Amino acid sequence: MKFLRYFIILFLILNSSLLNAQNIDLKNKITKNLRCLICQGQSVYDSDSEFANSLKTLVEKKLQEGNSEKDIYDFLKEKYGEWILYDPEFNENTYFLWILPILLFIFGGAILFKLFIIKKN
Amino acid sequence: MRIKFFPFFLILLFFIIFFIFYKGLQNSNIYTPNIKLEVDVPYFEIKIFDTDKMINSDKIFETDKFYIVNIWASWCIPCKEEHPFLMSLSEYKNLEMVGLNYKDNSAGAKNFLKEFDNPYKTILADTDGTVAIEWGAYGVPETFLIYKKKIIKRIIGPLNKDSTLEIKRLLK
Repeated sequence: MKFLRYFIILFLILNSSLLNAQNIDLKNKITKNLRCLICQGQSVYDSDSEFANSLKTLVEKKLQEGNSEKDIYDFLKEKYGEWILYDPEFNENTYFLWILPILLFIFGGAILFKLFIIKKN
Repeated sequence: MRIKFFPFFLILLFFIIFFIFYKGLQNSNIYTPNIKLEVDVPYFEIKIFDTDKMINSDKIFETDKFYIVNIWASWCIPCKEEHPFLMSLSEYKNLEMVGLNYKDNSAGAKNFLKEFDNPYKTILADTDGTVAIEWGAYGVPETFLIYKKKIIKRIIGPLNKDSTLEIKRLLK
Protein backbone atom coordinates (compact mmCIF):
# COMPACT_ATOMS: atom_id res chain seq x y z
CA MET A 1 0.00 0.00 0.00
CA LYS A 2 2.82 2.33 0.99
CA PHE A 3 4.65 1.43 -2.17
CA LEU A 4 1.57 2.24 -4.22
CA ARG A 5 1.24 5.62 -2.55
CA TYR A 6 4.88 6.50 -3.28
CA PHE A 7 4.42 5.27 -6.80
CA ILE A 8 1.39 7.51 -7.36
CA ILE A 9 3.19 10.55 -5.92
CA LEU A 10 6.24 9.89 -8.08
CA PHE A 11 4.03 9.35 -11.12
CA LEU A 12 2.22 12.65 -10.54
CA ILE A 13 5.46 14.60 -10.09
CA LEU A 14 7.02 13.09 -13.19
CA ASN A 15 3.85 13.56 -15.17
CA SER A 16 3.49 17.21 -14.26
CA SER A 17 7.11 17.99 -15.08
CA LEU A 18 6.71 16.15 -18.37
CA LEU A 19 3.62 18.22 -19.12
CA ASN A 20 5.53 21.37 -18.20
CA ALA A 21 8.40 20.40 -20.47
CA GLN A 22 5.95 19.82 -23.32
CA ASN A 23 4.43 23.24 -22.71
CA ILE A 24 7.86 24.88 -22.71
CA ASP A 25 8.74 23.18 -25.98
CA LEU A 26 5.47 24.31 -27.52
CA LYS A 27 5.93 27.83 -26.15
CA ASN A 28 9.39 28.02 -27.74
CA LYS A 29 8.05 26.68 -31.01
CA ILE A 30 5.26 29.28 -31.06
CA THR A 31 7.44 32.22 -30.05
CA LYS A 32 9.99 31.26 -32.73
CA ASN A 33 7.23 31.63 -35.31
CA LEU A 34 6.16 35.07 -34.01
CA ARG A 35 7.75 38.21 -35.38
CA CYS A 36 8.84 40.78 -32.82
CA LEU A 37 7.04 43.74 -34.35
CA ILE A 38 9.19 46.41 -32.79
CA CYS A 39 12.58 44.78 -33.42
CA GLN A 40 14.29 44.40 -36.77
CA GLY A 41 14.57 40.85 -38.03
CA GLN A 42 14.11 39.12 -34.69
CA SER A 43 11.58 36.60 -33.54
CA VAL A 44 9.78 36.99 -30.23
CA TYR A 45 11.83 34.03 -28.97
CA ASP A 46 15.13 35.79 -29.74
CA SER A 47 14.16 39.25 -28.56
CA ASP A 48 14.38 40.59 -25.05
CA SER A 49 12.27 43.70 -25.67
CA GLU A 50 9.32 44.52 -23.42
CA PHE A 51 6.94 43.70 -26.25
CA ALA A 52 8.50 40.28 -26.84
CA ASN A 53 8.61 39.48 -23.13
CA SER A 54 4.92 40.34 -22.76
CA LEU A 55 4.12 38.10 -25.71
CA LYS A 56 6.11 35.24 -24.17
CA THR A 57 4.13 35.61 -20.94
CA LEU A 58 0.88 35.72 -22.87
CA VAL A 59 1.72 32.57 -24.86
CA GLU A 60 2.59 30.78 -21.61
CA LYS A 61 -0.69 31.88 -20.02
CA LYS A 62 -2.73 30.84 -23.04
CA LEU A 63 -1.06 27.40 -23.08
CA GLN A 64 -1.79 26.93 -19.39
CA GLU A 65 -5.42 27.83 -20.07
CA GLY A 66 -5.49 24.95 -22.54
CA ASN A 67 -5.40 26.91 -25.80
CA SER A 68 -3.92 25.17 -28.83
CA GLU A 69 -1.12 26.49 -31.01
CA LYS A 70 -3.66 27.48 -33.68
CA ASP A 71 -5.83 29.30 -31.12
CA ILE A 72 -2.85 31.43 -30.10
CA TYR A 73 -1.92 32.22 -33.71
CA ASP A 74 -5.53 33.15 -34.48
CA PHE A 75 -5.74 35.37 -31.42
CA LEU A 76 -2.53 37.24 -32.27
CA LYS A 77 -3.45 37.48 -35.94
CA GLU A 78 -6.67 39.18 -34.95
CA LYS A 79 -4.79 41.66 -32.76
CA TYR A 80 -1.74 42.40 -34.92
CA GLY A 81 -2.55 41.07 -38.39
CA GLU A 82 -0.91 38.23 -40.29
CA TRP A 83 2.45 40.02 -40.32
CA ILE A 84 3.12 38.74 -36.79
CA LEU A 85 3.45 35.17 -38.12
CA TYR A 86 6.71 34.16 -39.78
CA ASP A 87 5.02 31.31 -41.58
CA PRO A 88 2.76 32.99 -44.12
CA GLU A 89 -0.63 31.38 -44.62
CA PHE A 90 -1.99 30.23 -47.97
CA ASN A 91 -4.37 32.96 -49.14
CA GLU A 92 -4.91 35.29 -52.10
CA ASN A 93 -1.88 37.40 -51.14
CA THR A 94 0.49 34.46 -50.91
CA TYR A 95 -0.61 32.19 -53.78
CA PHE A 96 2.37 33.29 -55.86
CA LEU A 97 4.78 32.78 -52.97
CA TRP A 98 3.65 29.24 -52.27
CA ILE A 99 3.08 28.06 -55.83
CA LEU A 100 6.22 29.51 -57.47
CA PRO A 101 8.72 26.97 -56.02
CA ILE A 102 6.45 24.10 -57.07
CA LEU A 103 6.13 25.55 -60.57
CA LEU A 104 9.90 26.02 -60.80
CA PHE A 105 10.43 22.46 -59.62
CA ILE A 106 8.02 21.04 -62.19
CA PHE A 107 9.41 23.24 -64.96
CA GLY A 108 13.02 22.42 -64.10
CA GLY A 109 12.16 18.75 -63.84
CA ALA A 110 10.53 18.85 -67.26
CA ILE A 111 13.63 20.43 -68.78
CA LEU A 112 15.91 17.84 -67.20
CA PHE A 113 13.59 15.04 -68.24
CA LYS A 114 13.59 16.32 -71.79
CA LEU A 115 17.35 16.80 -71.89
CA PHE A 116 18.47 13.51 -70.39
CA ILE A 117 15.74 10.91 -70.64
CA ILE A 118 14.14 11.71 -73.97
CA LYS A 119 17.47 12.43 -75.67
CA LYS A 120 18.92 9.15 -74.39
CA ASN A 121 16.06 7.23 -75.86
CA MET B 1 13.93 28.27 -83.89
CA ARG B 2 13.66 25.96 -80.89
CA ILE B 3 17.29 26.56 -79.94
CA LYS B 4 16.83 30.31 -79.84
CA PHE B 5 13.75 30.17 -77.65
CA PHE B 6 15.52 28.92 -74.52
CA PRO B 7 18.16 31.70 -74.12
CA PHE B 8 15.51 34.27 -74.93
CA PHE B 9 13.30 32.82 -72.19
CA LEU B 10 16.20 32.87 -69.72
CA ILE B 11 16.97 36.52 -70.44
CA LEU B 12 13.31 37.42 -70.10
CA LEU B 13 13.11 35.56 -66.78
CA PHE B 14 16.24 37.35 -65.59
CA PHE B 15 14.73 40.73 -66.42
CA ILE B 16 11.44 39.89 -64.72
CA ILE B 17 13.22 38.81 -61.55
CA PHE B 18 15.54 41.83 -61.72
CA PHE B 19 12.53 44.13 -62.06
CA ILE B 20 10.73 42.55 -59.06
CA PHE B 21 13.80 42.85 -56.81
CA TYR B 22 14.61 46.34 -58.05
CA LYS B 23 11.08 47.45 -57.20
CA GLY B 24 11.40 45.73 -53.83
CA LEU B 25 14.54 47.72 -53.05
CA GLN B 26 12.57 50.93 -53.15
CA ASN B 27 10.00 49.72 -50.61
CA SER B 28 10.40 50.98 -47.08
CA ASN B 29 11.70 48.34 -44.69
CA ILE B 30 10.18 50.08 -41.71
CA TYR B 31 7.05 48.29 -40.64
CA THR B 32 4.00 50.48 -40.36
CA PRO B 33 1.11 48.73 -38.69
CA ASN B 34 -2.33 48.64 -40.25
CA ILE B 35 -4.53 50.42 -37.80
CA LYS B 36 -7.96 48.85 -37.65
CA LEU B 37 -10.56 51.25 -36.34
CA GLU B 38 -14.17 50.78 -35.23
CA VAL B 39 -13.06 47.62 -33.44
CA ASP B 40 -14.76 46.57 -30.21
CA VAL B 41 -12.91 47.18 -26.99
CA PRO B 42 -11.28 43.88 -25.91
CA TYR B 43 -12.61 42.11 -22.86
CA PHE B 44 -10.14 41.84 -19.98
CA GLU B 45 -9.93 41.70 -16.23
CA ILE B 46 -7.31 43.75 -14.49
CA LYS B 47 -6.15 44.97 -11.11
CA ILE B 48 -6.83 48.60 -10.23
CA PHE B 49 -3.54 50.39 -9.59
CA ASP B 50 -2.40 50.43 -5.96
CA THR B 51 -5.32 48.29 -4.73
CA ASP B 52 -6.17 44.60 -4.68
CA LYS B 53 -9.47 45.17 -6.42
CA MET B 54 -10.12 43.63 -9.82
CA ILE B 55 -12.23 45.26 -12.50
CA ASN B 56 -13.34 44.15 -15.96
CA SER B 57 -13.56 46.11 -19.18
CA ASP B 58 -17.38 46.08 -19.24
CA LYS B 59 -17.40 47.93 -15.96
CA ILE B 60 -14.71 50.43 -17.04
CA PHE B 61 -16.44 51.47 -20.26
CA GLU B 62 -20.04 51.25 -19.03
CA THR B 63 -21.16 54.84 -19.74
CA ASP B 64 -21.75 56.50 -23.10
CA LYS B 65 -18.94 58.98 -22.55
CA PHE B 66 -15.74 59.16 -24.56
CA TYR B 67 -12.82 57.30 -23.02
CA ILE B 68 -9.11 57.67 -23.48
CA VAL B 69 -7.01 54.63 -22.70
CA ASN B 70 -3.40 55.69 -22.38
CA ILE B 71 -0.68 53.09 -21.96
CA TRP B 72 2.12 54.61 -19.92
CA ALA B 73 4.98 53.82 -17.56
CA SER B 74 7.16 55.89 -15.30
CA TRP B 75 10.30 54.50 -17.00
CA CYS B 76 9.13 55.64 -20.42
CA ILE B 77 10.70 58.90 -21.54
CA PRO B 78 8.22 59.77 -24.33
CA CYS B 79 5.44 59.46 -21.72
CA LYS B 80 6.85 62.56 -20.05
CA GLU B 81 6.72 64.41 -23.36
CA GLU B 82 3.07 63.63 -23.93
CA HIS B 83 1.99 64.31 -20.36
CA PRO B 84 0.98 67.98 -20.87
CA PHE B 85 -1.31 66.88 -23.73
CA LEU B 86 -2.97 64.30 -21.49
CA MET B 87 -3.44 66.97 -18.83
CA SER B 88 -5.14 69.23 -21.35
CA LEU B 89 -7.45 66.38 -22.40
CA SER B 90 -8.38 65.61 -18.80
CA GLU B 91 -10.22 68.93 -18.59
CA TYR B 92 -12.97 67.70 -20.92
CA LYS B 93 -16.17 66.81 -19.08
CA ASN B 94 -17.41 64.27 -21.65
CA LEU B 95 -14.14 62.36 -21.57
CA GLU B 96 -12.93 59.88 -19.00
CA MET B 97 -9.21 59.19 -18.82
CA VAL B 98 -8.06 55.64 -18.14
CA GLY B 99 -4.37 55.00 -17.61
CA LEU B 100 -2.92 51.55 -18.23
CA ASN B 101 0.26 51.42 -16.20
CA TYR B 102 2.52 49.10 -18.23
CA LYS B 103 5.11 46.89 -16.50
CA ASP B 104 5.88 49.46 -13.88
CA ASN B 105 6.62 49.42 -10.20
CA SER B 106 4.09 51.02 -7.96
CA ALA B 107 6.48 53.47 -6.27
CA GLY B 108 7.89 54.71 -9.58
CA ALA B 109 4.42 55.24 -11.01
CA LYS B 110 3.27 57.13 -7.91
CA ASN B 111 6.33 59.40 -8.04
CA PHE B 112 5.68 60.07 -11.71
CA LEU B 113 2.09 61.16 -11.01
CA LYS B 114 3.19 63.24 -8.04
CA GLU B 115 5.80 65.04 -10.10
CA PHE B 116 3.75 65.61 -13.27
CA ASP B 117 0.17 65.52 -11.90
CA ASN B 118 -2.46 62.87 -12.49
CA PRO B 119 -4.63 63.17 -15.61
CA TYR B 120 -6.35 59.80 -15.09
CA LYS B 121 -9.65 59.02 -13.44
CA THR B 122 -8.91 55.32 -13.31
CA ILE B 123 -5.49 53.70 -13.35
CA LEU B 124 -5.10 50.03 -14.15
CA ALA B 125 -2.02 47.98 -13.40
CA ASP B 126 -0.82 45.81 -16.29
CA THR B 127 2.07 44.23 -14.42
CA ASP B 128 3.05 41.61 -17.00
CA GLY B 129 2.07 43.48 -20.17
CA THR B 130 -0.53 40.94 -21.29
CA VAL B 131 -3.48 43.35 -21.17
CA ALA B 132 -1.62 45.69 -23.54
CA ILE B 133 -1.38 42.73 -25.95
CA GLU B 134 -5.18 42.33 -25.71
CA TRP B 135 -5.35 45.90 -27.03
CA GLY B 136 -2.95 45.01 -29.83
CA ALA B 137 -0.48 47.56 -28.46
CA TYR B 138 3.15 47.78 -29.54
CA GLY B 139 4.56 49.42 -26.44
CA VAL B 140 4.47 52.60 -24.44
CA PRO B 141 3.09 55.18 -24.92
CA GLU B 142 0.02 54.38 -26.92
CA THR B 143 -3.40 56.02 -26.80
CA PHE B 144 -6.87 54.82 -27.77
CA LEU B 145 -10.00 56.94 -28.05
CA ILE B 146 -13.13 54.95 -27.28
CA TYR B 147 -16.75 55.76 -27.87
CA LYS B 148 -19.64 53.36 -27.24
CA LYS B 149 -17.18 50.52 -26.58
CA LYS B 150 -15.52 50.96 -29.97
CA ILE B 151 -11.98 52.16 -30.65
CA ILE B 152 -12.44 55.22 -32.86
CA LYS B 153 -8.90 56.55 -32.86
CA ARG B 154 -5.51 55.11 -32.06
CA ILE B 155 -2.20 56.86 -31.66
CA ILE B 156 0.97 54.76 -31.56
CA GLY B 157 3.74 56.65 -29.80
CA PRO B 158 3.47 59.86 -27.80
CA LEU B 159 0.63 62.32 -28.29
CA ASN B 160 1.59 65.55 -29.99
CA LYS B 161 -0.08 68.84 -30.77
CA ASP B 162 -1.75 67.56 -33.94
CA SER B 163 -3.05 64.28 -32.56
CA THR B 164 -4.37 66.03 -29.44
CA LEU B 165 -6.18 68.60 -31.61
CA GLU B 166 -7.70 65.78 -33.62
CA ILE B 167 -8.95 64.08 -30.47
CA LYS B 168 -10.40 67.36 -29.23
CA ARG B 169 -12.17 67.81 -32.56
CA LEU B 170 -13.71 64.36 -32.20
CA LEU B 171 -14.88 65.17 -28.68
CA LYS B 172 -17.01 68.08 -29.84
